[in-house]
Amino acid sequence: MKSVAVIGASLAGLYAARALRSQGFDGRLVIVGDECHGPYDRPPLSKDFLTGATADQGQLALADAEEIAELDAEWLLGTRATGLDTGGRTVLLDGGRSLTTDGLVIATGATPRLLPGPAPAGAHTLRTLDDAQALRAELASGPVRVVVIGGGFIGAEVASSCAALGHDVTVVEAAPLPLVPQLGDTMAGICSALHADHGVTLLTGAGVARLHSGGTENRVTGVELADGRLLPAEVVVIGIGVRPHTAWLADSGLPLDDGVLCDAGCATPLPAVVAVGDVARVNGTRAEHWTNATEQAAVAARNLLAGSTVATHRSLPYFWSDQYGVRIQFAGRRLPTDTPRLVEGSPDDRSFLACYERDGRTTAVLALNRPRPFMRLRRELARATQPAGT
Amino acid sequence: MIPVCPLADLPTGESVRIDTAPPIAVFHADGQLYAIDDTCTHQDASLSDGWLEGCLVECPLHAASFDLRTGAATCLPARRAVRTHPVTVDNGMIYVHHAAEEGNAA
Repeated sequence: MKSVAVIGASLAGLYAARALRSQGFDGRLVIVGDECHGPYDRPPLSKDFLTGATADQGQLALADAEEIAELDAEWLLGTRATGLDTGGRTVLLDGGRSLTTDGLVIATGATPRLLPGPAPAGAHTLRTLDDAQALRAELASGPVRVVVIGGGFIGAEVASSCAALGHDVTVVEAAPLPLVPQLGDTMAGICSALHADHGVTLLTGAGVARLHSGGTENRVTGVELADGRLLPAEVVVIGIGVRPHTAWLADSGLPLDDGVLCDAGCATPLPAVVAVGDVARVNGTRAEHWTNATEQAAVAARNLLAGSTVATHRSLPYFWSDQYGVRIQFAGRRLPTDTPRLVEGSPDDRSFLACYERDGRTTAVLALNRPRPFMRLRRELARATQPAGT
Repeated sequence: MIPVCPLADLPTGESVRIDTAPPIAVFHADGQLYAIDDTCTHQDASLSDGWLEGCLVECPLHAASFDLRTGAATCLPARRAVRTHPVTVDNGMIYVHHAAEEGNAA
């Protein structure tokens, strides 16, 4: 293989490029990113970057100048991929350009879901560095009323950051309780209680009808709920999930179903085309987690260079969230029927460790502010999941 | 010189965080005492909560790893080293000598 293109210059794309080089690929490496920024870390965007605790965007960089030089890649930043030919060899780029290589890594990530209709000024999503900068600038001009639509992890982190900045915050969640799919009823209830601890209003079972806006700048003025209530707001943040960015692959012949369908080794049915990170549905599962993106990249690179699926990796799902000074960590695969059992600490103190159990076996572990025992149990779970030597 | 705790309170394999600015983590690993800056250079996490294996400590958040002897980052996602600080034991008490203090004294 003489040349590889990596489409997507975020976490998964960078880690794939690193893995290709560390596994001996010394050919032409092209990395295409639709943002004008080099690879940066997204998790701080909703937390320290939003509050200003991490003021310098340089601190978010995933690779320093030395490593960028060592990667010896051609970077096409600010460049959007618009199509892929059915052989998987030629990527069409905006501006009428194209790129033909022997191998392809699809790492185009995901984009935020939006409310129907055009968004007025003051309505934000939070995915990219530019998104975070725009939102941070609006929050810097004194206390405002913020409505966060969506009570998932991004919504909760944004609400926490806005509260820390002194804003009046309301979180609107369509489900009876946020985070239930991830944590189950009991633990979701405990985590959702963090909002009230810090003076943030959580409205559950509340669908959004539309945004109100007005004035010469067409700025958002409020959020109208499905039951007719109107929540006045100067800033609205829409955190209702993401969709994998696959639109550019519509005519490629690749099977798409909420992501690029791949086998357990991140390989697609097209020869020499692999997919990694948020955009990839690997062996039936798509995950939007940081660790997942980094781990898939090494496997995908190996299979791409081998020309077939010689390696698979079933990593233990892991995610974390920082809200209101509480670090939430979760690892494992839980079913809705698994029962959480408190192992140490107390939910009242917002500091505890809980194991989810099925037939007397631990399937997942959740910690609030208990990083040390959490890590021990996470390692035990990973060992049980992944037989030695694979 | 900062008193940490009695040596008897820090058995092998254990660590303790001291609330200096920035905080420092003291480890008792393989019969040796080590002190490094407590905060992972990748993202805000306390290395004293980390997983200790030999002379390496793994960050509890993203599995970055640091060598206690040198402070060097030995695995991604961390790229920058943490500072190391000299440790002594006097009369059964552990003391950390803040690296910055030494610089000031020179």
